[in-house]
Amino acid sequence: MSRSFFLKNPSVLVFIACLALFTLGATILSDGFGVGLISTSFIKTLGKTLCLCLVAIAMDLVWGYAGILSLGHMAFFGLGGYMIGMWLMYERTRLIITESMSNAAIPPTDQEVVDAIGTQIFGVVGSSDFPTIWLFSASLPMQLALVVLVPGLLALIFGWLAFRSRVTGVYLSILTQAMTLALALYLFQNDSGLRGNNGLSGLQNLPGLDAVPQSTLSVWFLWASALALGLGYVLIAWVVSGKFGSVIRGIRDDEARVRFLGYSVEGYKLFVFVLTAIIAGIAGALYYPQAGIINPAEMAPIASIYLAVWVAIGGRGRIYGAVIGAALVSLVSTWFTSGQVPSINLGVYTVNWVDWWQVVLGLSFVLVTLYAPKGIGGLFDLISGRTPPNRHGKDLGPDAGSLQEQEAEQ
Amino acid sequence: MSTLLEVSGVSVSFDGFRAINNLSFKIGPAEMRAIIGPNGAGKTTFMDIVTGKTRPDEGRVIWGDKSVNLLKMSEAKIAQAGVGRKFQRPTVFEDQSVFDNLMMAIKNDRTPWGVLFFKPKSSDNARAEELASEIGLADQLHRKSGELSHGQKQWLEIGMLLAQDPQLLLVDEPAAGMTLEEREHTTALLAEAAKTRAVVVVEHDMEFVRRLECKVTVLHEGSVLAEGSLDHVTQNQDVIDVYLGR
Ligand SMILES: Nc1ncnc2c1ncn2[C@@H]1O[C@H](COP(=O)(O)OP(=O)(O)O)[C@@H](O)[C@H]1O
Ligand SMILES: [Mg+2]
Repeated sequence: MSRSFFLKNPSVLVFIACLALFTLGATILSDGFGVGLISTSFIKTLGKTLCLCLVAIAMDLVWGYAGILSLGHMAFFGLGGYMIGMWLMYERTRLIITESMSNAAIPPTDQEVVDAIGTQIFGVVGSSDFPTIWLFSASLPMQLALVVLVPGLLALIFGWLAFRSRVTGVYLSILTQAMTLALALYLFQNDSGLRGNNGLSGLQNLPGLDAVPQSTLSVWFLWASALALGLGYVLIAWVVSGKFGSVIRGIRDDEARVRFLGYSVEGYKLFVFVLTAIIAGIAGALYYPQAGIINPAEMAPIASIYLAVWVAIGGRGRIYGAVIGAALVSLVSTWFTSGQVPSINLGVYTVNWVDWWQVVLGLSFVLVTLYAPKGIGGLFDLISGRTPPNRHGKDLGPDAGSLQEQEAEQ
Repeated sequence: MSTLLEVSGVSVSFDGFRAINNLSFKIGPAEMRAIIGPNGAGKTTFMDIVTGKTRPDEGRVIWGDKSVNLLKMSEAKIAQAGVGRKFQRPTVFEDQSVFDNLMMAIKNDRTPWGVLFFKPKSSDNARAEELASEIGLADQLHRKSGELSHGQKQWLEIGMLLAQDPQLLLVDEPAAGMTLEEREHTTALLAEAAKTRAVVVVEHDMEFVRRLECKVTVLHEGSVLAEGSLDHVTQNQDVIDVYLGR
């Protein structure tokens, strides 16, 4: 990554500038650091939205650029959340328990403390023992490593099996849905070790930082999310800017042709799949401490479908498009489903937006797919006057080259 | 003469239909060969087998000095070993510039890691420009290849083929849909390539084949019907019956 990268991709600098301005603006208007025009809960919504934008640009890399319509990336997102949630829950419970036990006449043994934490955490699922997967939950560095390793390894194994057998197109999408569904169903079980449908909760309280009010914490997380989004954006822009970008777009458009050029298509797909799963995991690890709770419903197949819808509406194959799609649709969605939008009384029927929003979203997805395949991001082409000719159709024949040139200039 | 590629006793069936039937074929390291034959004779399928796209039911495909078995290798590995292919329908990456298409093809590290950190050296840029002028696209280097005319796309694909620096070029109907002038240019490109490598050209057009001035293999119903100079095969009674007579 050098100066020439930014010179060749000025849109990256524009995006970073917008993101910085947004973060600064939100901070100034926030409760914790500024004038208090934006409530703490809305700061959290904004921070969460940035995390959704991060997973959306990962989705754009895997789908918009490499052509792999994964309907399982929100599972990686959720796994990242679970990994950080385990430490948050363990450590906070430990602090509470050691404090309450410190008043006892006889100081508790280490084992007693661990047992008490276990009872506290796993009481809801009728257990008190730590399952094996909680082995590292006492260590923040280990759980942070798992945020990257668990989604990365799952993607590696799944991708290796799927790509090696050359599963593509809609079959691959179905397979990723099956993976997500299986994972969610597994986590719903009480003996999965992650508290079944209760999930992990209280994640908004950072251990040892009880003195810091949520209004301040929320801004910290906003900053962290903005930083992660900025770094993720630069990383992905860099990945797609060079020859690697050429190859994966080639794979998207004609994978057999890329193979006959001597590139191992499977290796490239696996690389992109794992990289984006890791980015999704990191996004999830930043999202769930702001949400405060994670449960297996978050990893339901529909979540990954929404992710694809955001990217499609924002515009595939351009990174800022994914950001716009994710931010716009998820914020509008929050607004509609919050019940703040007044219902429309049609006399015989009342349109309740909490229910009808889904229909509107579904319709916009269909309309965008049919009539604006470039999504909202396509509007930027209109502004910049860049209308690339659509030359994927029939050839005009051997002598008509000049005609196509005129078309191109229109 | 040593052999670069040897295909022997290869057969392949699609749903019981024998597209290739006990086919044998040999080509040396710097040789031009034309394959002719009626539609459905199995010319494209033959290329599919050599490049690893289709696995034959029986037979052997042996490659190079070390006599490696191509049937055990993936498409990508076969391409890396030195077999380049041009498809019947021009297939270039339409969404990308001529330069990017060529850069993707130019022989370099093909691993994901190597490609991720790839920076074109000045020699790579020079090679891309040299190829572009060879195929008559020097002025189009930064246009999207989807905007090119049909003939230009065909050339770009030939350019990409040369960029890979293969030992064997398999060229499927390169002159289809080209004007007379364009055909002459194409012939020149192929003849130049055949000075240093093996070139197999599939073509329908007899005039085009005549200008290549090379040995001809006639394919019919998946096997070799005749082989020799163009004049020799066109006088062969079997060939006249199945192909020329119509
Ligand atoms: N993948 C396939 N599945 C079924 N039939 C095929 C396939 N590929 C080729 N064929 C059949 O094999 C025969 C030879 O085809 P092909 O090699 O394309 O002929 P040509 O000599 O015209 O290039 C044709 O009858 C074609 O229909
Ligand atoms: Mg053919």
